[in-house]
Amino acid sequence: MKAIVVGCGRVGSSIALQLAREEWDVTAIDEKEEALQRLGEHWAGGFVVGHGMDTEILRKAGIEETDAVVVATDGDNTNIVIGQVAQKRFDIQCVVIRVLDPARAEFYNERGLRTVCPTKTAIDALTEAVRSCEIPRQEATV
Amino acid sequence: MYVLIAGGGKVGSSVMRSLLRKGHEVTLIEQRRDRFDRLEEEFEHMVMNGDATELYVLERAGIGRPPDLVLALTGDDEDNMVICQLARDKYGVDKVVARVNDPRNQPHFDLLGIQQTVCAVSNILGLVEHEVPEHDLIHLLELRKENLEIVEVQIPKGAPSVGKKVERLPLPEGARLISVMRNGQSEIAVGSTELHEGDQVLAVLQPGKEDELRRVLLQS
Repeated sequence: MKAIVVGCGRVGSSIALQLAREEWDVTAIDEKEEALQRLGEHWAGGFVVGHGMDTEILRKAGIEETDAVVVATDGDNTNIVIGQVAQKRFDIQCVVIRVLDPARAEFYNERGLRTVCPTKTAIDALTEAVRSCEIPRQEATV
Repeated sequence: MYVLIAGGGKVGSSVMRSLLRKGHEVTLIEQRRDRFDRLEEEFEHMVMNGDATELYVLERAGIGRPPDLVLALTGDDEDNMVICQLARDKYGVDKVVARVNDPRNQPHFDLLGIQQTVCAVSNILGLVEHEVPEHDLIHLLELRKENLEIVEVQIPKGAPSVGKKVERLPLPEGARLISVMRNGQSEIAVGSTELHEGDQVLAVLQPGKEDELRRVLLQS
């Protein structure tokens, strides 16, 4: 199985490494050449320097033969556009994008883009953590 | 008319000024604080500070009314695309117009169905083409929705079309001649119109038919 990961920051590089460990053939894309270092010395997958909005860069990364695309740059709108390009132009069935803003994540999710919203996950987890706190009950005073 | 503008740079603020002068109601959203402060001095309560791709910012600016027109004029193409999609598909805005900063992103706007776009770079390059004589075929107008374009050619000396009537020309499928300009006089091209050396011919054609049209009209 082949995957492209657009945006090789803390999130993207970890996903790329994890998928590679699971025997995926992974190519990462990032604007900065230094991002390659995040993948470690033994990175055997592909790496393309460039902007994910550029269809030539996507082609160079092999988007025409890929099974999955993960979009995790640090820009919500960039991810939303790249995700739609992968889905609508290159007809990729499995496209997953990171969107930090819960409102936009929900809107595009409803429109058929698979969005993952870390902010929403954090909100839910933190709220649940507060709920599960054991707060000693105060004696009722009259 | 109520117009919502996203992006208060040179383009957005100039457009706003003109629309206000014409008596329209306008709200402008600008993200950068320094720019917002300057705009606020001029436009007061008609300017808002915020990210126009955030739903609550758009809602505070009155996108729910909805506006008659939303202009996405920021310097970021991805922001402009998202603003147009939100305005159209979430809030039911009928007319959206987007600025294209990098012409390489034009196909993305097209892909997302954002039909009304303006790209300064493409326009300037079109004009350059118009001014530089070695370009034998000049793009005058792109009718993207109709998938047609209007081009101009000048018939050179010795071209295969010289002395031929329009009805005798083996024009490609999907291409028609519109008019012929000769000695400063223009006339509609009909079947009996004969082409001469030096004629300036307007043609309408489907994109991609340029080479065939060139072969018929220009190459000897």
